[in-house]
Amino acid sequence: MLEITNLSKVYEGNVLALDRVSFKAKQGEFMAVIGLSGSGKSTLLRCINRLVEPTDGQIVWNGVDITDASQDEMRRIRRKIGMVFQHFNLVSRSRVLTNVLSGRLGYVNPVMSLANRFPKEDVEMAMRQMARVGITDQAFKRADELSGGQQQRVGIARAMMQEPEMILADEPVASLDPVLAHSIMQYLEKINKEDGVTIICSLHFLDLVHRYADRAIALNEGKLMFDGTPAEIDDEKFKEIYGKEAERVG
Amino acid sequence: MSGEQAAVRKRSLLKSIGLGFAVLLGLVIYAYGFNVTKVNFEATRSEVRLTQLTRILRALAHPAILEYEKEELDVEAPFYLPCPDGGVPETPPDTSGPYLVATPPCGDAKQIIQIEGYNFWPNTKGPINFIPPSGAKLTIGNLATDANGYFSAKVELPKRQPVEEAQTIRATARRNVGLPRFSDTALTTWDKIIETVFLALLATTFGTATAIPVSFIAARNLMSTVRKPLTSVALSTLGWLLGIALGVPAAQWINQVGESLYEQERHLTTLAGVIVGPLAAWALARWALPQEELKRPTLVQRSGRAVALVVAAVCAIISLRLVSNLAIAAGASLVENLGSLAFLGSFVAQLGDSVRMITPLVVVMVCGGALSGASGGLGEYVANQMPAGAAKSVNLIVAAVTGAALLAAIGAGINWFYQIDDPMLVRWTPALVGAVLGFIIALRASPRQALPIGAVAYTIARTILNAVRSIEPLVMVIVFVVWVGIGPFAGSLALALHTVAALAKLYSEQVESILPGPLEAVQATGANRLQTIVYAVIPQIVPPYISFTMYRWDINVRMSTIIGFAGGGGIGFLLQQNINLLDYRGASVQMLAIAIVVATMDYVSSAIRKRYV
Repeated sequence: MLEITNLSKVYEGNVLALDRVSFKAKQGEFMAVIGLSGSGKSTLLRCINRLVEPTDGQIVWNGVDITDASQDEMRRIRRKIGMVFQHFNLVSRSRVLTNVLSGRLGYVNPVMSLANRFPKEDVEMAMRQMARVGITDQAFKRADELSGGQQQRVGIARAMMQEPEMILADEPVASLDPVLAHSIMQYLEKINKEDGVTIICSLHFLDLVHRYADRAIALNEGKLMFDGTPAEIDDEKFKEIYGKEAERVG
Repeated sequence: MSGEQAAVRKRSLLKSIGLGFAVLLGLVIYAYGFNVTKVNFEATRSEVRLTQLTRILRALAHPAILEYEKEELDVEAPFYLPCPDGGVPETPPDTSGPYLVATPPCGDAKQIIQIEGYNFWPNTKGPINFIPPSGAKLTIGNLATDANGYFSAKVELPKRQPVEEAQTIRATARRNVGLPRFSDTALTTWDKIIETVFLALLATTFGTATAIPVSFIAARNLMSTVRKPLTSVALSTLGWLLGIALGVPAAQWINQVGESLYEQERHLTTLAGVIVGPLAAWALARWALPQEELKRPTLVQRSGRAVALVVAAVCAIISLRLVSNLAIAAGASLVENLGSLAFLGSFVAQLGDSVRMITPLVVVMVCGGALSGASGGLGEYVANQMPAGAAKSVNLIVAAVTGAALLAAIGAGINWFYQIDDPMLVRWTPALVGAVLGFIIALRASPRQALPIGAVAYTIARTILNAVRSIEPLVMVIVFVVWVGIGPFAGSLALALHTVAALAKLYSEQVESILPGPLEAVQATGANRLQTIVYAVIPQIVPPYISFTMYRWDINVRMSTIIGFAGGGGIGFLLQQNINLLDYRGASVQMLAIAIVVATMDYVSSAIRKRYV
């Protein structure tokens, strides 16, 4: 259970990115976050694992106050929260296997990991996760030799190495073509359904929201505009979220 | 409309006047420049200088690389200076071999006479000397024979005390024998150029090794996210000071243990220590640092681990010290037994010695780092867990003590330089000021507010790097020459120090320009700061680091060719010597060698850079 109360973020220069956002997400839910570019979706996701420090408000996850955690505690919390990015954020000069294994860094002994030593079980687990997303044969290639869709699958495998209870996906399909987008979304769906991982996923295309999400929230200029099922987003709601001039494309 | 036009015209007039002033100002600046740099084109036309220039340029064009074994032919003829009263006795020369004829056969000082030689070696050159009874020869001219072995030269007679009997004119013809060989100059130049290249290599290696960690501290994007509450900052600063204070006696103790073992020549004990120590340290570390950790360890577990790590560190450091003993002893015996490969032995011994020198530093750093880390953690605990009021009062005390200790330590440093030796001035006053400052900061900062301590470290690191970088290695070498004596070692130390400063800046700029995405992704997995650097930063900076290191090696080779001018060894020393001795042909060899090495280095470094980047 993720409970966010009155979350605000003010960036330097008085830019208000989040304005008293409150919502709840149940364990095992697939929640979509929609809104225009710059509406605060990325900031919201990054506040949840505190890659961005919230200015005000409270985030409680499974009874633990994330906003109040010390750095050491935060590392322990983060390792249970996977993250998938729009631009994949792989280390392009490292091997795919190393990229996947880096998902394990929160668990392994820091000293040993500095010498690139991982326990055997972790390597086996990495192989399993790569098999799950169908990139086993790419394991020893450099990450930047892979295509976009393959790179995003590495990103998902990396997140899965954390044995996460929640995955934050920041526009995971925005730089992929529609066919690949569906394939990536299906992996996320599988993880959600089979492993019971909560998924909070920001998306641009409403058809993807309708197809995959159990619930949707919408942001506009940092304010929460909508919280309900995807089916509830009618034309009126749509105009509220995206502005009066917007037209539905999908 | 017309008003606008007028405004435009007015503006363009103002612009023209401004431009005119700018041009005038430029002229004045250059005129002054000519004056202070003493530009004097007349000097370039002076005949005396042009002759000298020609001579030097010709000498430079004839580098003394090759030389021949020389064979000499001395031919003498009697000569009277001044002419004797009874006339010159007839002594017809032996015309079967080479002989000399002086016309006239006697003369006065400063008189010009003709000397002819017959039956010499064809096409040879050499000096013509005048030899008085004292035997001190004086060159009065040069000979150059034609294809028939004949020469004729006009020479001026020297001014000498009049002597009754015959004196001697000796003509010496020289010719090359056998094949050319490398001259002594060429051989020493070869020696020194090797020295130069290795000097640059060592300086680059040590400079790079130090610059890499420093560059992370001097990178804004890594440091700006480091924020700690005041309690943590103050306590970890105190921890550093305390750790250093404790580390010094600890280092002395370890050093004593090492020394006594070495002096008693208990090499077997040492060897046993070298084997057992690291194993013990390894086992303890493995126990204290579990492979994976799913749950948060309890306080008892954590304290047990901390103790184990301390013991492991002590074991590791003692065995490091023992390794150095072993290396010194082994090196010494290798030097005796290896013969021509003795340099390998002395290398081993020097490595051992350097480890011995570094060990105390390691001890102090480990003590400081460990205590600082532990007390910083405690500080964070205090700041986060205690109620705000209690944390604030802790802050007030801790910050005041830290400020006092820090400024007193700085005062001690200043006292070392300036020898003020007044405890009131260098200890108590700074301590009081520090305490007050700390108190004020603690009063103003709220106890849980995270202070941008990383940004402070970044600023300090950048300032120091900029200051060191602005001192030329040619100047630094003067200090090192005083410390370790004239020679290539001083040169490599100076170059290494400058390399650290220059490379750390270049490196840190590369760190600042990495992609933030992978950094954030690795952070999101729960990795700590060091892991983030190893997994997200280092893979991104490998190519530019290689590139900059090669570039720096290139620069160091250039610098090392002239660092000898200031006593830093290498080929510059030789070059300077030859210039001072006016041996331009010798200097030319060294210049040629420098040019070849620099050009080769240029090519090699660009080839390597192309390959890896």
